[in-house]
Amino acid sequence: MRVTSLPDRARVVVIGAGIVGNSMAYHLAQQGWKEIVLIDKGRLPNPGGSTGHASNFIFLTDHSKEMTLFTLDSVRQYKELGVFTQSGGVEVARTAERMDELKRRMASSKAWGIDAELVSPAEVKGLVPYINEKIILGGFSTPGIGTVDSLRGGTLMREQAEASGALTVMASTEVIGIVVENGRVSRVRTDKGEIETETVVITSGIWSPRLARMAGASIPLSPAVHQMISVGPVPLFADTVGEIKYPIIRDMDTNGYERQHGGDLEVGSYDHRPILWEPDDIPSIGQSKLSPTELPFTKEDFDESLEHALELIPDILGDPSVGIRHAINGLLSLTPDGLPLLGETPEVKGLWSVAAIWIKEAPGIARCVAEWMTSGVPEIDPSGSDIARFYDHQKTGAHIRARTAEGFNKTYGIVHPREQWESNRRVRVSPFYEREKALDAVFFETAGWERPNWYASNKLLLEEYGERVMPRRYEWDARWWSPIINAEHLAMRDRVGMVDLSAFAVFDIAGSCALDYMQKMCVVQMNVPVGRVIYTSLLNTAGGIKADLTVMRLGPNHFRVVTGGADGMRDRKWFTDHLPDDGAVQLTDLTSSWATIGVWGPRARDLLQSITGADVSNEGFAFGTCRFIDIGPVRALASRISYVGELGWEIYVPFEQGARLWDAISEAGQPHRIAPVGIGVYGTTGRLEKCYRAYGNELEQEFNLVETGLARPQVKPQDFIGKEAYLKQRSEPPAVTLCTLTIDDNTSRSGFKRFMMGREPVLSPQGKRLVDRHGRGSYVTSAGSGPSVGKTILMSFLPPEQAKAGTKLAVEYFGEQYPATVAVVGPTPLFDPQNARVRS
Amino acid sequence: MNVLVCVKRVPATAGQITLTADAQDIDTRYLGFTISPHEECAVEEAVRMIEAHGGSTTVLTLGPEAATDQLRDAMALGIERAILLQSDGREWDPVATASAIVEAIEAEGAAGRSYDLVLFGNESADSAGYQVGVRVADALDLPCATGIKAIELSDGRATVRRQTESGWESAELALPAVVTVKEGLNLPRYPSLPGRLKAKKKEVERITPQWRDGGLEKVRLKLPVQAEHTVEILGKNGDAGAQLVEVFQRLRLL
Amino acid sequence: MVLAFIEHVAGAPTMLSLEVLTMANRLAGEMGTQLEAIAIGPNAAAATGILSSYGVSTLHVADDGRLADYAPAAWAHAIAELVREVDPDVVIGTASDRGGEVMAHVATRMKLPMAANCTEIAPGDPFTVIRQRWGGSLLEEAHLKGTIKLLTLAPHALTAAASPSRTEVTTHAFSPALDDKDFRVRLQPQVEVDTGKISLAQARVVVGGGRGVGSAEGFAALEELAGLLGGAVGCSRAVTSLGWRPHSDQVGQTGTRIAPDLYIACGISGAIQHMVGCRAAKHILAINTDAGAPIVAQADYAVIGDVQKVLAAVNAEVRRVKAGEPSRSPA
Repeated sequence: MRVTSLPDRARVVVIGAGIVGNSMAYHLAQQGWKEIVLIDKGRLPNPGGSTGHASNFIFLTDHSKEMTLFTLDSVRQYKELGVFTQSGGVEVARTAERMDELKRRMASSKAWGIDAELVSPAEVKGLVPYINEKIILGGFSTPGIGTVDSLRGGTLMREQAEASGALTVMASTEVIGIVVENGRVSRVRTDKGEIETETVVITSGIWSPRLARMAGASIPLSPAVHQMISVGPVPLFADTVGEIKYPIIRDMDTNGYERQHGGDLEVGSYDHRPILWEPDDIPSIGQSKLSPTELPFTKEDFDESLEHALELIPDILGDPSVGIRHAINGLLSLTPDGLPLLGETPEVKGLWSVAAIWIKEAPGIARCVAEWMTSGVPEIDPSGSDIARFYDHQKTGAHIRARTAEGFNKTYGIVHPREQWESNRRVRVSPFYEREKALDAVFFETAGWERPNWYASNKLLLEEYGERVMPRRYEWDARWWSPIINAEHLAMRDRVGMVDLSAFAVFDIAGSCALDYMQKMCVVQMNVPVGRVIYTSLLNTAGGIKADLTVMRLGPNHFRVVTGGADGMRDRKWFTDHLPDDGAVQLTDLTSSWATIGVWGPRARDLLQSITGADVSNEGFAFGTCRFIDIGPVRALASRISYVGELGWEIYVPFEQGARLWDAISEAGQPHRIAPVGIGVYGTTGRLEKCYRAYGNELEQEFNLVETGLARPQVKPQDFIGKEAYLKQRSEPPAVTLCTLTIDDNTSRSGFKRFMMGREPVLSPQGKRLVDRHGRGSYVTSAGSGPSVGKTILMSFLPPEQAKAGTKLAVEYFGEQYPATVAVVGPTPLFDPQNARVRS
Repeated sequence: MNVLVCVKRVPATAGQITLTADAQDIDTRYLGFTISPHEECAVEEAVRMIEAHGGSTTVLTLGPEAATDQLRDAMALGIERAILLQSDGREWDPVATASAIVEAIEAEGAAGRSYDLVLFGNESADSAGYQVGVRVADALDLPCATGIKAIELSDGRATVRRQTESGWESAELALPAVVTVKEGLNLPRYPSLPGRLKAKKKEVERITPQWRDGGLEKVRLKLPVQAEHTVEILGKNGDAGAQLVEVFQRLRLL
Repeated sequence: MVLAFIEHVAGAPTMLSLEVLTMANRLAGEMGTQLEAIAIGPNAAAATGILSSYGVSTLHVADDGRLADYAPAAWAHAIAELVREVDPDVVIGTASDRGGEVMAHVATRMKLPMAANCTEIAPGDPFTVIRQRWGGSLLEEAHLKGTIKLLTLAPHALTAAASPSRTEVTTHAFSPALDDKDFRVRLQPQVEVDTGKISLAQARVVVGGGRGVGSAEGFAALEELAGLLGGAVGCSRAVTSLGWRPHSDQVGQTGTRIAPDLYIACGISGAIQHMVGCRAAKHILAINTDAGAPIVAQADYAVIGDVQKVLAAVNAEVRRVKAGEPSRSPA
């Protein structure tokens, strides 16, 4: 029995007809794709995935810009479809710490342009008459919040795509295999036959890992339970026309929410113990009482949430005539870092993941990925959610389980921007690890690497530098931070420091056409003498910044690329995707082969000279060059560059010889009073004083080289990806310019000195948002202390009117506005503006 | 008025039943548990009786420790007391079940707690022995009515009604009595939050009865064979009117 | 000896009782023993004519005017007394409300186990039965112990079939020593006002609605079709729970079991508990938006689409045909 027959071939097969799959099918059709086939093993309109039981409400503000932009775009689309009901929503605080967090959420709202306000308990009561305002301290109210009918919205999108003739829908059709040939998707096997296709999009929610596995790829997510009950009939809601009349409440401190749904009130929780499921253990449709993602409710896990809900909503939930009419353990997708999994999988060409997505962001994400698939250039930069971000160890079941379990209760949590994961640590350690531990290093994690952020053994330096370390006395600002960072910074500037840089991702690009290839990939001229080190950006075709890294030319057709650990896997995919098919250029990942120490400071040369026979004088070893030198019995590759603005070298050694190098430098450094220096200096204080840009902070696809101040005076004659767009950008006045600001006075009303951390809104002195001609608001891209300049340093993209040195502005932080001044427009450093130190 | 309701923990089955590898049980990995629909009505009826006439309500089950969930569910709806006849997880046949319940009711009586009405579901949703209520009534020498869809109480008597193929029949019982009921008796309420939280804190009294061989021994379970079947698709949405009329005519319904 | 407890209306055995006789006759043959029957109530002796076609040698008739009304304990008393007297190997009754109830009473009086809703019986040692659980969605193979095997036969486990040869049926009337206590429960039929409504259990056409009907008001289209076809409206348990229809309309394991010529299932997905209730329908027509719904796979005919859209078209067409207008030919 079959209503529609399975096509033999498709341009693209989308697997999973929840909100994500329907949105994908729609947007692909919108962007001109034909022969789209949408498959689901379930029945329509509700095939049994997470969409079918979603609570369907949309809160707008997230601290993440990317996620907020996806959400705002989704709301716009839901409104166009006529399936959005605006209700408003209030996040309430029961604790003082939460009230502070709500102020922080206000700041994020301002940064991303969302209308919201902080309200008193009485005002909350005015909005939500059934709340017990006596147990709350206040609320964060967002009028634009609402609910959607995601099943209807998805159906409308699917039907529009079908009506356009671009889409064939196959319900009750199960995918049983994805055939890969030569690393590319070639066919999808289903229980109703095979489809030939070059592109597969997995939009299968909690089942995505299984489908990816069929193709030999990984989609690292875990199905997890979110408990939800529905109570009713609520007498107060009896006359509600439609779905919702009263604002949705998020009871942040108890990880719960209460939302009207017609005559019922839905109570959901993220407070219970993490209940993870294996994708293989999820029941089939037939085996499920309700649906595969609506599992039997485990009451005991919810009891505490019931008590919390009863405290907050006693009028409704305490009414004995109001019954628990529906209760489920709903499955949703969690990822190791809490972000979605978007993009082509690095393992298989043509296999795309659009997974771990919530109702609130689905259509926006679908539009983004459809653009990505079509032109390669999505309007919203999805880099944070790029599935290529993961290293292999992060795709293991052990890692996924550990991090999703740890992350679950942070759903409504107050998550500090520098907060570290506790589970599954010590996966990647450098050869210096034991020595660092002996020095009481405080380790932060990047890409699985344990990196010292500072060394507690350096606390003696605190006495040396006194108030110059810019101590932080407000607990939040001092959390996951130490004044030792600033002391290490000053010691490095005064003498010399050594930094463990082993988390760098290192790729060798070699082969007969390596130079041509590198020319095509990089903005900067690659045809430089062997032994030169090049700092360059990589662009997408629209001139958005795709990567930012250094390249050492080791031979005529041999380049070594060094990029940040956090960006390594994304960058590797970008390079790999562009390798010629004929094998004339190869990429070899040497990340695990080379350990790196940075040695920087005025005494760096003296130190290095004392342990090598090589000439490391300024004449013998110029800035921006690299070469192999012998340090004792170790042959190391030394590269004279700096991300902290000091004289010095990055020294690369074979991994197993790392400890020997460490000891040599450490010992030779003693006369110079060398300090081990953590990433707190490398990534923040040293970098900010030099106004160096960081990928993911200042550099992203949404901004271009002109705006970021990275445009060079000359454009090389050779072609490179994004050149055309780049030339156009150069010919126009920039919409914004990246500027460096300093805070004039960081004293709060309560007398504490406060220290921003990034992502705060940058406002006019009157507190008004600054918006550029593309509608982008100004916000702090990076923030930190500049101990050598004695100021809090911020970076921000500012519209032309404000991008002038001396302009007075304000930065909002925890509900207060701090006066700030534009110190530098463009890339000129605050500290050592002539770069005399690095070139000395 | 003291009412005892006897219930049974059963899996909340789904669209298809899957068996465990040893074919001794339903695979309940993905299933929740509930009580039989008939018994939900029995619980509701007991609560309503006490709301109307005063008195006490007790719920009793024979089952594993996990069956305390179902007892608490009943207490969340307004039943005051719960007794678990704790089994070792083995299935008890109707004879064994009835005698364990009879002993429990006798022990209650000895402790000064007698019941005016003992309610059962007409049959359990799972094993469906259709006899436990009758056996308990007989052993306690109480009048018994089965399959009841309406109960009225007055002056120590219960007027009960049950549905027949052609209508209704009714009987009058002097209390104490045993009545087994069917879904349709009432529309059961849902538990309230305060009810649920109160039930959570309540004590469940436990008795451990001795398992016995009642004479009906489960050997294995099996799924009925589904006949191969073809379906004729007559059309989509509004385009099937004429085809349907043809079917009606073929079946001589028009 | 196999003893069959049969139910009858003025001497005419019910369909389920004929099924019991068919099974009992077969069983007696397998066991190499004879088949006897017991009937209670007015005109029971008149059953002999039909029983002769089912291999019955003796019909026992309980002779007591007080048994004219249905009093389960008294009926059971009569049977138990007979059983003690004639000592059968097997006693088998129907699994109807009455049959099951009386047999349960017999079992407890005789202190014997009983197996309800059997579909197959394999005499021997052990005495093995297949019986229904979950309304027939699951089967249990069980060993039935006890000196006398007591069981009830599930409805429609086999087709009633008279044997071509006829037996001589001896009528044996006996007078059980009934107790007043046996009459503590006596069920009196209630005279119902005839509403003219066709009962769900007996309707030739049932138009059933599930969640897919959309609302209580949405049942108007089902009512109309049922009216046009002279049938009754039924519903799924989901609909009863939503309060859209009374429980008396519910088709399923805990509702009414229907056996119409045509069951039109509108917007019903086909959960096992529901299918148990409509298993006896001769034909099933499913109307569902989802071609993959379980009900579609189990139906004879299906229309894929929204219930309201499909019914609007069908009702119009049926009205047209009934009005004598020519049917719109299929597009």
